[in-house]
Amino acid sequence: MSRHKRAPAPGTERFSDAPLDGLLLEIEDVKTQFVTPRGLVHAVDGVSFTLERGKTIGIVGESGCGKSVLSRSIMGLLPSNVVRHGSIRFEGHEIGNAASDEMRHFWGTQMAMVFQDPMTSLNPVMRIGNQIMESLRFHFDVTKDYAEETALSLLHSVGIPEAERRLREYPHQLSGGMRQRVMIAIALACGPKLLFADEPTTALDVTVQAQILDLLQEQQRERFMAMVLVTHDLGVVAGRTDDIAVMYAGRIVERAPTRSLFEHTRHPYTEALLKSIPKLSMPSHSKLDAIAGRPPDLVTPPVGCKFAARCPYAQPKCLTDEPPLVDAEIPGHAYRCFFPVGSQAGGDALTRNLAAGETATGLPVRRDGDALLTGVTA
Amino acid sequence: MAGTGTAHLRAPGDALLRVEDLVVEFPAGRSGLKVHAVSGISIDVKEGETLGLVGESGCGKSTTGKAIMQLPPPKSGQVLFEGRDMAKLSGEELRRTRTAMKMIFQDPISSLNPRRKIEDIIAEGLRIWKVGTPEEQQKKIDDMMIAVGLDPVLQRGRRPHQFSGGQCQRISIARAVITEPKLIICDEPVSALDVSVQAQILNLLEEMKTRYGLTLIFIAHDLAVVKNVSDRVVVMYLGKICEVGSPDVIYQQPAHPYTRVLLDAIPIPDPSIRPEARAKVIGEIPSPVAPPSGCRFRTRCPKAQAKCAEVEPQVEEISAGQFVACHFPLAPGETLPTTNGSAPIS
Repeated sequence: MSRHKRAPAPGTERFSDAPLDGLLLEIEDVKTQFVTPRGLVHAVDGVSFTLERGKTIGIVGESGCGKSVLSRSIMGLLPSNVVRHGSIRFEGHEIGNAASDEMRHFWGTQMAMVFQDPMTSLNPVMRIGNQIMESLRFHFDVTKDYAEETALSLLHSVGIPEAERRLREYPHQLSGGMRQRVMIAIALACGPKLLFADEPTTALDVTVQAQILDLLQEQQRERFMAMVLVTHDLGVVAGRTDDIAVMYAGRIVERAPTRSLFEHTRHPYTEALLKSIPKLSMPSHSKLDAIAGRPPDLVTPPVGCKFAARCPYAQPKCLTDEPPLVDAEIPGHAYRCFFPVGSQAGGDALTRNLAAGETATGLPVRRDGDALLTGVTA
Repeated sequence: MAGTGTAHLRAPGDALLRVEDLVVEFPAGRSGLKVHAVSGISIDVKEGETLGLVGESGCGKSTTGKAIMQLPPPKSGQVLFEGRDMAKLSGEELRRTRTAMKMIFQDPISSLNPRRKIEDIIAEGLRIWKVGTPEEQQKKIDDMMIAVGLDPVLQRGRRPHQFSGGQCQRISIARAVITEPKLIICDEPVSALDVSVQAQILNLLEEMKTRYGLTLIFIAHDLAVVKNVSDRVVVMYLGKICEVGSPDVIYQQPAHPYTRVLLDAIPIPDPSIRPEARAKVIGEIPSPVAPPSGCRFRTRCPKAQAKCAEVEPQVEEISAGQFVACHFPLAPGETLPTTNGSAPIS
């Protein structure tokens, strides 16, 4: 028996005749501001990027740099106390100002999201199978049996053993890693063209993290889906994405093809993020190059370069002028810095600061063996 | 990896803390079954040393840490702190001994009382034990806040919600160190933090350790973090010990297949290493209610043989200072076959 539920929204046909290459997502000067009693929080402050079909981009930064708000802005999953500007085009259609009842036809079929915490993002009182079938039956004119079959094959493809039994279980009966696999199955159910993975492995063990990241990558390739992988760990995106955008204080401070970002790091913040990861190749008890301080308050962001207060390269100019996004030699590589890492200007700036013992913002900076230490340390 | 045995323990006199054959079990609901959380772990820590305990969730590493503090007391086994058996202490003696042993917990925000000012949180130990006059106490609190990188004048009257996760962890460290303990058990102190903040806290712990002559037990699931801080590493799996040794040796030539898998699971910030080509462990940790017979890792081990199901391996020294509980340890340089890590098979 087939019941026709809703007419599909334009562009959401199961097999559209859209081309398999070209731009999928174009973001231009997106600004997202939260209205709070303290004032406007400039969470995302003028971000532009494009994503081609079947490609992956990693968005990296510390907590509070706006990376999750950016992905939610694109998905249209924002609370009501938000002011949003800029243009978001998906397959050429402007979706930035779409109301949520228009967006619900996009969610699932065009773009889907895997959230950070698999413990709380599943419905605890609904069976796993029904949670997967829900979006299938909402978007497509399919019978219950067909939806169940699809759910079963989805569970198989995300690597859940004994899928038949799991379909009838509740989330609390599954481990964290299994729940994240179920989340992925739900997100993939309607064959989205774009998948957002917002810190998909932060709540998981390292061994399970590796499994889940492999699964995401495998599914992304198999389905020729574009993917936005949001994380705070550069180790997670290395080797798994085509491009990386590093965000700080609501802006993209460096954007590059993955290999170029690691090999020709330009922005001091990217360098600092990379250096703060403990590496197995370092002898034990090595001092880590921690980044001093915290990201700035986004109600009153500092003038000039937003990273200057924590940057070992900072010069007087960084406090007054905001560096524009400039292109590096490598195509597709751009950064926002007057004294980039690995350049003559950057090298001189660091030497000057080390000689003075502090940067232009008064941040103490010194060398201790191989480590570059910033901030007050005993 | 079902390692039991005490081959890796050093002479009893050397150790500040010596744990022998620790067993912790919990009832599993009303079923009459038991959760075998820790099954015969032996560890020792020398004064001034940092011992790293690593393993996945559910391997019993946090339970071991808590059992050392007698929270709750273990089912069997000995915990000797400075040569005294913790289980035999009376309530009052135990309370006094605990001033020399402190814990730092994983979630920095929920482990601080949200309704108290941070100076009161930090001072609690001093006030309970009436250490010094109020003026001396205040000086100590201010010094400690400076030592952990907080501003006493500006911040002593604030409450935990006004601080970030990293700052709350600094407050936890100050609270633990202020009574001048000998041993601090750090239970996943950095796993809830961003990488940049993680580096700050790891550096701070090292500094505090040197400055106050602390001995640390550092519990974490990330081998790279543990390697950075530890002098000796114990790898655990499902309530048993797999491998013990110095971090540099364990990293260069892991002998237990599980150690290899843990090492390979660490994300490396280098795009030339293809993550899918590294060794992966299949599936997830089995239920501790009915742990596998013999070696507990055998159900996920690519090298498992029939013997592994029958005989439990004992901890043995395979090279100077490296101990492993495995019937078929990895030879130096041996790699594991790569499996399709995304597809668990049970």
